[in-house]
Amino acid sequence: MSGGPRQPDIGARLTFDLGKPGRVACSLPACDVPAAELPPSQVLRRELNLPELSQVDVVRYFLALSRLNYSVDTGFYPLGSCTMKYNPKVHDKLASLPGFTGLHPLQPLETVQGALALMYDLQRWLAEITGLDAASLAPAAGAQGELTGILMVKAYLADKGEEGRCRVLVPDSAHGTNPATAAMAGFQVVTVASDKQGNTDMQALASALDDGVAALMLTLPNTLGLFEPNIGRIAEMVHSKGALLYGDGANLNALLGRARFGDMGFDIVHLNMHKTFSTPHGGGGPGAGPVVVKGHLAPYLPTPVVGQDGDRFVLATPERSIGRVGLFYGHFGVLLRAYAYLRTLGVEGLRQVSENAVINANYVLARLRQAYHLPYDRRCMHEVVFSGSRQRAKGVRTWDIAKRLIDYGFHPPTVYFPLIVDEALMIEPTETESKEALDAFCDALLAIAREAEEEPQVVKEAPHTAPIGRLDEATAARRPVLRWPREGADAP
Amino acid sequence: MTLPYVPNTDQDRQAMLATIGVASVEELFADIPPECRVADLGLPPGLSEPDLVRELTALAERNRPVDSMTCFLGGGAYRHFIPSVVGEVIGRSEYATAYTPYQAEISQGTLQTIFEFQSMVCELTAMDVANAGMYDGASALAEACLTAVGVTGRRRIALLSTVHPHHQAVVRTYAFGRDLTVDVLAPESLALSEEHACLALQQPDFFGCFLPDVEALEKAAHGAGALLIVSVDPISLGLFRPPGEYGADIVVGDGQSLGSPLNFGGPYLGLFACRQQYLRQMPGRIVGRTKDAQGLTGYVLTIQTREQHIRRERATSNICTSQQLVALAATVYLAAMGRHGLRQVAELCYHKAHYAAQRIARLPGYSLAFDGLFFKEFVVRCPRPPSEVNRALLEQGIVGGLDVSQYVENGLLLCVTEMNSRQEIERLVDALGEIGGSA
Repeated sequence: MSGGPRQPDIGARLTFDLGKPGRVACSLPACDVPAAELPPSQVLRRELNLPELSQVDVVRYFLALSRLNYSVDTGFYPLGSCTMKYNPKVHDKLASLPGFTGLHPLQPLETVQGALALMYDLQRWLAEITGLDAASLAPAAGAQGELTGILMVKAYLADKGEEGRCRVLVPDSAHGTNPATAAMAGFQVVTVASDKQGNTDMQALASALDDGVAALMLTLPNTLGLFEPNIGRIAEMVHSKGALLYGDGANLNALLGRARFGDMGFDIVHLNMHKTFSTPHGGGGPGAGPVVVKGHLAPYLPTPVVGQDGDRFVLATPERSIGRVGLFYGHFGVLLRAYAYLRTLGVEGLRQVSENAVINANYVLARLRQAYHLPYDRRCMHEVVFSGSRQRAKGVRTWDIAKRLIDYGFHPPTVYFPLIVDEALMIEPTETESKEALDAFCDALLAIAREAEEEPQVVKEAPHTAPIGRLDEATAARRPVLRWPREGADAP
Repeated sequence: MTLPYVPNTDQDRQAMLATIGVASVEELFADIPPECRVADLGLPPGLSEPDLVRELTALAERNRPVDSMTCFLGGGAYRHFIPSVVGEVIGRSEYATAYTPYQAEISQGTLQTIFEFQSMVCELTAMDVANAGMYDGASALAEACLTAVGVTGRRRIALLSTVHPHHQAVVRTYAFGRDLTVDVLAPESLALSEEHACLALQQPDFFGCFLPDVEALEKAAHGAGALLIVSVDPISLGLFRPPGEYGADIVVGDGQSLGSPLNFGGPYLGLFACRQQYLRQMPGRIVGRTKDAQGLTGYVLTIQTREQHIRRERATSNICTSQQLVALAATVYLAAMGRHGLRQVAELCYHKAHYAAQRIARLPGYSLAFDGLFFKEFVVRCPRPPSEVNRALLEQGIVGGLDVSQYVENGLLLCVTEMNSRQEIERLVDALGEIGGSA
């Protein structure tokens, strides 16, 4: 690098710094009506500190930044529990049809019958896929789907005069959203341990289950990527104590077209459209988190649900609805992509998805098990969780392995989750990756395992090739700079 | 049929199964009890891409988008101009197909644009800090109320009656979870007590009006030791003073107006900004600026000890998303509109809405329901039930306003933005005149 130009500090210059007075990036129409008198100046804004850029500045700035991102379309992204599958391009094209994007949520229902028909069918199909009876598409994301589901549990139990059920059971392998959701719905959280095989510890469950329990929240397959073989027994135990069985559907990809939550005894499930149903993750949303329930809970679904009145589609409020969870009807623009995905797959396609997702994960398991510790030594479903404990003994942390994978051209897996696995590496390949892609990824992880033995410093100082080195997160949290430093005085 | 999204061939699968050490794929599903398995589902058979396009296009054609008509409907979802650069940027795969930027070194694009977004929301609202985005304006308001409950330790939420009814409903749903009491109060008979965690108001309100004496409301809230939460239309902040200047503690709003299409109600965007002292009680993702070992500036997710993946049942919220692609649209929109563009959009809305309101108020049988300051929405009293008026307008290809007759007798809430030409306004006025004349 010596003699060449210094690497530009891209992060130091925001749009606020790039602007110049007098530049504009778009043209607006002149006012074609007589100007009204503006209100008195004390209610008006004095200044608006936004950048002044020309159009080319805007495009180049955001495109330059986009190139600093890793994405599914640029490479393998095996983030466990996130189901980073490829997103079909035709969905984006269909979602941008003016007949969809140009619909106002409050326009007369007779002018939106196509949109309502789509939502109606999607509700039915999600119920069919999960083996349940009724669905609401309203929740905005998986976490809001969870909240919706647990609020329905609360309302249902209150109607039965069982307000005394104030606890929700959550396995120690659960996503953080499960306990956070239960707390938001006013429940106390009781953690249930997992056993040595990675299943729910049946004795721990039996002793935690009493008539103060409202629900058990269970992810299936669980976050270790394992199917609970005792699921039938668990459902019986929960129901025999008068509690409900809540399913976190984050890992539905493993079961598509093969097994259904309803048939296993679940009462409520939320699904993640951006995981299983291939809608783009968007850098962190928007997702969609429909809730699907058995018939006895259908009256509690949030409003509105799409119903049918003769040959017309209508918006209806279920009889004992928990109310509204969002401004309108959920993320229509996301839901229609999920609809298109299901319409493309059919049952045969769904089964191909789960089959290849499970083969791919087990293939990664088989190829890496000699080099990395496998804490639960059994076949997995759609994802596999290793531990970096052997490497840690050499002073190399899972965090370092993740960073080193970046040098090999891969997005790292989920790390340090689930919490019950020391130095966890949670790998979810998905069905949209080829054997060649998996081989390249496994070769990289095997090479890193060798490096950890032979030249650990290379791993500990990674990444070496990313646009930026490891960032000082401690200072970021201790002395937060959370916005453009307006006065021009940059903090530390 | 081989799915175009599954690259493994039969040969690949055989080789992989051999490496795994199983004879058939069914062995991999052996943990699923036989009684839980299904062989078939009642779903329509899969379609090829051309057939899919044909079917979805036919569904789209069964709708009448407002762009194909003349539209004066608002009520929480707004038709504003979207510069082409917005779609160009958010269509980039590098943004659209990434996820939450856990690995900062290869996510600087997303992280830096979040920092831009936070900065712009702070500028717009005149608040100290903003998060990376939430689901929509209604859930952002509900989360703000929960933040106020967390800050004050109080268990009553006060909402002004002029807050959008859908926002009120979402606040009630969230309040049900935490067993909180929601009091809906009229601005003229405000009775706040020391049990109230917050006073939440909407500015301009559901009926389009600016609250005449927001200073008195601010004094009442703070006098009772409650937080003042203000829900805004971000476009209005191009012209009107920001809530930070009249004492708001938390500002929320819906960001759909900032570069996102109507999309039949979603995905939209929740804006959330607050004063510095509430930073650690905020919900949602937050990005901070820092440096790497070489001294290069970079961005990371920060203040994460508030969040569900760390704090679990003690988190400030269960939210994970930052509605990122919609927040990116808002960021590009604000960058493209800039200092003058946003003011110009707001002024166009103001002038056109006032022109329409004056013209309609002069029609026989019509009057404005409220005096005082408004922005782009206003309620007219109609000589006939608004449902009939809307039906008659639709016959002429005009999407009328929102029927608010349950709150205001024969009230119709109309919205005029920079997208409505004078000619469209004249058409509306003429049509209303005819409809009123046949009352």
